[in-house]
Amino acid sequence: MNPDGEAPEGPGEAAPRLFHSVKLDPDKCVGCTTCIKKCPTEAIRVRKGRARIIDERCIDCGECIRTCPHGAKKAVSDPLSMIAGYRHTIALPAPSLYAQFDERWSIDRLLSGLLALGFDEVFEVAEAAELVTARSRGLFEAGPAADLPKPLISSACPAVVKLVQVRYPSLISHLAPLLPPVEVAARIAKHVLHAGEEGVGVFLVSPCAGKVTAARSPVGYARSALDGVIGIKDLYLPLRAVLGQAGDRIRSRAGRRGVEWARTEGEADALGERRSISVDGIASVIGVLEALENGKLKDVAYIEALACPAGCVGGPLTVENPYIARNRLRNRAEALPENAPPLSYEPPSDLGWSEAVAPRSALALDPDMLKAMIMMEEMDQLAAALPGLDCGSCGAPSCQALAEDVVRGVAVETDCVFKLRESVRELAGRLLALEELKPPGLDKD
Amino acid sequence: MKYRYAVPGDDFSMAGKASAEVKRILGQLGIDPAIIKRTSVAMYEAEINMAIHAGGGIAEAEISPERILITMADEGPGIPDIELAMTEGYSTAPEWIRELGFGAGMGLPNMKRNADEFRLESAVGKGTTVTMLIRLAPAPVAGGGGRA
Ligand SMILES: Nc1ncnc2c1ncn2[C@@H]1O[C@H](COP(=O)(O)OP(=O)(O)OP(=O)(O)O)[C@@H](O)[C@H]1O
Ligand code: SF4
Ligand SMILES: [Mg+2]
Repeated sequence: MNPDGEAPEGPGEAAPRLFHSVKLDPDKCVGCTTCIKKCPTEAIRVRKGRARIIDERCIDCGECIRTCPHGAKKAVSDPLSMIAGYRHTIALPAPSLYAQFDERWSIDRLLSGLLALGFDEVFEVAEAAELVTARSRGLFEAGPAADLPKPLISSACPAVVKLVQVRYPSLISHLAPLLPPVEVAARIAKHVLHAGEEGVGVFLVSPCAGKVTAARSPVGYARSALDGVIGIKDLYLPLRAVLGQAGDRIRSRAGRRGVEWARTEGEADALGERRSISVDGIASVIGVLEALENGKLKDVAYIEALACPAGCVGGPLTVENPYIARNRLRNRAEALPENAPPLSYEPPSDLGWSEAVAPRSALALDPDMLKAMIMMEEMDQLAAALPGLDCGSCGAPSCQALAEDVVRGVAVETDCVFKLRESVRELAGRLLALEELKPPGLDKD
Repeated sequence: MKYRYAVPGDDFSMAGKASAEVKRILGQLGIDPAIIKRTSVAMYEAEINMAIHAGGGIAEAEISPERILITMADEGPGIPDIELAMTEGYSTAPEWIRELGFGAGMGLPNMKRNADEFRLESAVGKGTTVTMLIRLAPAPVAGGGGRA
C-alpha cells in the first residue's frame, strides 16, 4: 500500500483512492477552470465539464476552496453525531476556534459550550502547542538534533509538509521532525489522561482540511490518536446557540504562547528564535521554499510556514474572515498569562516523528528515467506546437500541463481548441480537394 | 535533451527563471532530489552572477541518462583574476547588492562544491563561461510501488 511510487492516474481512471478531505461537489461545479490555475501542485483538471482532483498530487491546502466562485469545492470532515459512538468524549479545540467568536464570549464560555454540545471533557490544543514549542527549542541546542540541516521548516501545517513531499523533496530533511500540536493533544488526552480506558473518543475541533486527512493517513507517524475531526464551520451554529446558557463550567488553561499558534508568527514568537521567518499563504510559502532550495536563506534558522492566509485562523473550515479572526485572537491572547499553569500530568516523553517522510514523486513522468526522458522529449515537442496562451479551455492549467497530460495518456492534443480548429481546417481542405476530384470516366481533358 | 534560456541582464530580480525551469524538468524526469538540489543551487548561483556581474547571458542545460551539463555563457566584462574570484568571500559586488543578500563572495565556490566537474573560462572584455557537470548516480532500485 505505497501510493508514493505511483505515477498519478489520469482523472477518472480507476485508481486506488487516497483519502482527501478536499472534495468537489459535482452539482455546483460549472467547469469554469478558475481553480485549476491556482492549485500549487497542478492537481486539478476539468473533464466533461467538471473539475477532478488528482489524489496523488492533492496536498489538502484548501486553495481551490478559497478560489472557487461557485462554492463547489469543500472540505469534508466528520459529523458531530459521531461522538455518540463513544463512552467518554473529549473535544480538542484548536485555538483558532477562539477567534471565531466575538470577545464578549470568554474562552471559558466557549469551552463550556463544547460540553453543552455533548462532549464530556475538553483539552485545549493550545496547551499541547506549548509543549511542542519547548521541544522545538531543543532542536537548536547541542545534542543529536544539532546536525539537523538549518533552517528547519515547521512541520505543524500538514499542507506544507505535503507540499515539500510533492514539490520540494530535497527539503524533506529540513522538516522539523516533531509531532504537530493536534497530535500531541490527542495523545495526552487519550494515552495520558485516560490511559488504558475503553471507549474514549478524542475529537479535534478543526479549522483545517489537512488535519482531517492527517488523522487518517498521517505523515511522520504511523497512527493518529484522533478518533475524528470536526470542522469548526459545522460546529459554529450549534455552539453559538448554546453559548448563552452554557455557563462557565470549565476554566481554560491555555497561555498566550499556545493560543497564538493559530495565527502567523505565533509559533515563531513562542519559539523566540530571532532568526526565524514566518510566511503564510501557499503562493508565498512556495516563494520561500524555492529560495531555500536555491541555497538562499543561509541566515535563517527556522521557517514557520502556513498554507492559509493569516495562518490557521484562515483555515478552510473556519467561518470568520481570516483578518478579523487574527485580530480577535491577538486581543484575546493579550489578556492571557504567557504560559499555561504547571502541568498536572506527565506529557509523553517522545514528541518526535516515528516514521521517515518519503518524497511523493507524483510529478515524475515515469519511474524509469529513460522512459521519462522519451516522454519529456515528446512533451517538449507537443508544448512547442501549442499556442502558449495557457487559456485553460482544455481543462489543464497550462499548455505545458496539457502536453504533459497527453504524454501521460490522459488527454489528447485536440483537447486544445486551437489544435482542434487547425485539424478541422485541415480536414475541410482535404474535403474540398476530394470534392474537386472526378471519377476518371467523367474526367474530360 | 538540450534546453536553452536567455538570462536577462537588466533586472536581476527576474534571474532564477532558468534554474527553476531546469529544476522542474529534472523533477519530472524523476531524478534524485539531492542531485536536483545540487544542480539548482549551482545553476542558480551562475544565473545570478550573469545577471549581476555580466549583464545577462545564455544558460544551457543538456541532460542525458549519465549526466547533466550546464553551460552558462556571457559576453560581460570577464574576470581578470580567476583564482582570486574563486576565493571564498571575494566579491566586487557593490554595497546595495550586498544589502539585498548577494555579494558574499560565495557563489563561485558554491558552484564548484555542488558540481562534480567545474570549469571557469574568462577573458577580460570578452566574457565568461562557466561549465558544470553533474553526474547522475546509477538509477536506484525502485522502492516499491510502480504503476499498477
Ligand atoms: N559572470 C561573471 N562576469 C564577470 N565577473 C564575474 C562573473 N561571475 C563572477 N564574477 C566576479 O567574481 C566575483 C566572485 O563571484 P561569486 O559568485 O563567488 O561572488 P559574488 O557574486 O560576488 O557574491 P555571491 O555569489 O555570494 O552573492 C564577483 O564578485 C565578480 O567580481
Ligand atoms: S495553515 Fe493551519 S489551517 Fe491552514 S492548512 Fe496549515 S495547519 Fe491547516
Ligand atoms: Mg555570485
